[in-house]
Amino acid sequence: MKIINMFTAKKLWLAASVLTISTNLAAAGKLEKEDLKFGFIKLTDMAPLAVAYEKGFFEDEGLYVQLEAQANWKVVLDRVISGELDGSHMLAPAPLGASIGFGTKADIVTAFSMGFNGNAITVSNDIWKQMKPNVPVADGKLIRPIKADALKPVVDKYKSQGKPFNMAMTFPVGSHNLKLRYWLAAGGIKPGYYEPPQDISGQIDAEAMLSVTPPPQMPATLEAGTIYGYCVGEPWNQQAVFKGIGVPVITDEELWKNTPEKVFGVTQAWADKYPNTHKAVIKALIRAAIWLDEDNNKNRQEAIKILSQTQYVGADKEVLANSMTGTFEYEKGDKRPLPDFNTFFRNSASYPSYDSAVWYLTQMRRWGQINEYKPDSWYLETARKVYRPDIYLAAAKELIAEGKAKAGDFPADTGLKPAQDFFIDKVAFDAGKPNDYLAKFPIGLKGKQKIVGGKITE
Amino acid sequence: MSNKLIHFFNLTGLTWFIPFIKIAAGENPARQVRELWLIAGVPIIAFILFLGLWSFSASKVNTSLGAIPGPVAVWQEIGGLVKAHYAERQKEAAFYQRQQARNEKLLAENPDEPVKTRAYTGKPTYLDQIFTSLGTVFTGFVIATLAAIPLGILCGMSPVFNTALNPLIQIFKPVSPLAWLPIVTLIVSSVYVTTDDSWFEKSFLTSAITVTLCSLWPTLINTAVGVSSVDQDLINVGKVLRLDWRTQIRKIILPSALPYIFTGMRLSLGVGWMVLIAAEMLAQNPGLGKFVWDEFQNGSSNSLSRIMVAVFTIGIIGFMLDRIMQSLQKVFSFGQTR
Repeated sequence: MKIINMFTAKKLWLAASVLTISTNLAAAGKLEKEDLKFGFIKLTDMAPLAVAYEKGFFEDEGLYVQLEAQANWKVVLDRVISGELDGSHMLAPAPLGASIGFGTKADIVTAFSMGFNGNAITVSNDIWKQMKPNVPVADGKLIRPIKADALKPVVDKYKSQGKPFNMAMTFPVGSHNLKLRYWLAAGGIKPGYYEPPQDISGQIDAEAMLSVTPPPQMPATLEAGTIYGYCVGEPWNQQAVFKGIGVPVITDEELWKNTPEKVFGVTQAWADKYPNTHKAVIKALIRAAIWLDEDNNKNRQEAIKILSQTQYVGADKEVLANSMTGTFEYEKGDKRPLPDFNTFFRNSASYPSYDSAVWYLTQMRRWGQINEYKPDSWYLETARKVYRPDIYLAAAKELIAEGKAKAGDFPADTGLKPAQDFFIDKVAFDAGKPNDYLAKFPIGLKGKQKIVGGKITE
Repeated sequence: MSNKLIHFFNLTGLTWFIPFIKIAAGENPARQVRELWLIAGVPIIAFILFLGLWSFSASKVNTSLGAIPGPVAVWQEIGGLVKAHYAERQKEAAFYQRQQARNEKLLAENPDEPVKTRAYTGKPTYLDQIFTSLGTVFTGFVIATLAAIPLGILCGMSPVFNTALNPLIQIFKPVSPLAWLPIVTLIVSSVYVTTDDSWFEKSFLTSAITVTLCSLWPTLINTAVGVSSVDQDLINVGKVLRLDWRTQIRKIILPSALPYIFTGMRLSLGVGWMVLIAAEMLAQNPGLGKFVWDEFQNGSSNSLSRIMVAVFTIGIIGFMLDRIMQSLQKVFSFGQTR
């Protein structure tokens, strides 16, 4: 080979590098799978999925998505694992539960949080009548947030009469279960322990018996008298108010400000096989979240119209509007502003943070779903395996580059937040010290405690 | 001519028209009018009475979704569903347009780009759900028939085979679709691997197989009974003529057992239709059952009337299916009715 002129060589190198860059770009953008089917449960917090579909955000990313309502959270998990669904609207702790093998064992990851708050705890009219005298009053108005202290005497009465006090949540490793337990325990009511794999009913040593009911069936079950109260997402609390069958006593925003609620989950295998598709999906969902919160919720009316269609949530517009427009109706006529009741993007609501994962893990440990001591490091490791802010941030970066999002709206790093105490019982939570956090609760497992044969043992 | 028409209407079960033909043919009008009154007038009056009773009592029952809708509300809801169907069709057209534009753009950028046209991703409308359910029930029914008739013939011809199979039939016959469903779902999901180009959805297979498992039995039992009760003389003639078993089945057993087989198939299709709705409801598989369940979960102020529309649709379709099978049965009964 002859000596190549330096000039040509440099040009060649340049040409080659340009070529590699462009092929890289093409490879990065190439979608591995364009036809997708996502599941959801009829709840207002599925809104990012419906909006991404109806506003054409999925199609902008080159994705052809089908959305399909599912019967309950168990079906959601099973269908995502079996591959019938590519991904789904999921309860925030569900991927964590699956990854540690409570109930179903499967590796599920999430790179998108579907929003903050959006739940409430509702009790039947009859229970409310018994509870109301115990709620402190100021200036003729009930002091909110209402604590479970007001419910405690009612539960004690049922207990002394030998009657079980039944309440419902939507899934054992679900946010509703853990939030309801948190509220009960903060008021001194024992919600019961799990002893996997022998006992997964969660009623060991329980004063309030919690059982599973799919979200849309909550009002009907309450009306039938099978349960005295429940914790569920919207619109199923406002529905109870409209139907006049129950009274929401507290929203989860008051229980823990900005509580992560739902996530978008896919299997680890799916995420590994279709990384570009996954990122494209997250991009579309982030845009939907931005759209939902844009300009002081100006798009919420349109969002309500979308959600009221029968294939999505299907409830009446005025029921959906109650919570989606930043208000919440407690008792009939007692409508109060709760601007952050449903947030999808602001305050980093769509960011899958390790803090929320760790918090849910601590609560799963507290009630015995994780039935043995785990070192502090384990919590963060598990969170890192399941929650994937890296994918979220990669998607956000592309959106910023395309001018569809502003850089300042996204958190910069993936570290843990400092300790916070936005909880109803003011117990400060430091995601870096989960075992210390657990030790602060009077009710719940801590340290090396374990449930063996239905008893707490050290 | 008029006799042929009468025969046709008798076969199809449209007996309402027979008196008119007879009048046209010049028979005693008074008698025909009486006949018409009996076969058409009485049921119509009964139905009107039913509507009245429904409309009266519906307004008295208050559910948490409001009062139970009366006939008028349900009738209006049908209009709403049809309108929703056309609105969805417009959205579908727009979807295909967008897709085409995108594919053209892709092809313009790179002529080798493997573009594909995919089906509409929006929601199936009520009318779509009806056709999905019909397709599923027929698939399940055809599989059931194909399995049940040969088995039934074997049972009818061989007493040994019959006694061997009998306990299984007795045990499986009363099993509800709701019990089969989880088993079928699990087996289908583990055995049947779907890709983007799969012919069937898993959910379709699950529903169809559940229908098969539940609608198998009437055809099987009736076929067995039909075959075993073939006139002994005919069988003896077959033996004298030394027909081989295949000819024997084709020329002697099948023709005599056919009326029984059709009775069985008619029962099977009825069971299948009933089972399908339950299976769709429970498994959330597309079809009328899913429509009912979704509406129950929606809990909007229109939900109850929509569910009632579905109830009537299910009933009317079930009735029509039965009529079709009955007509077929009559055709194959060679004049005997069973």
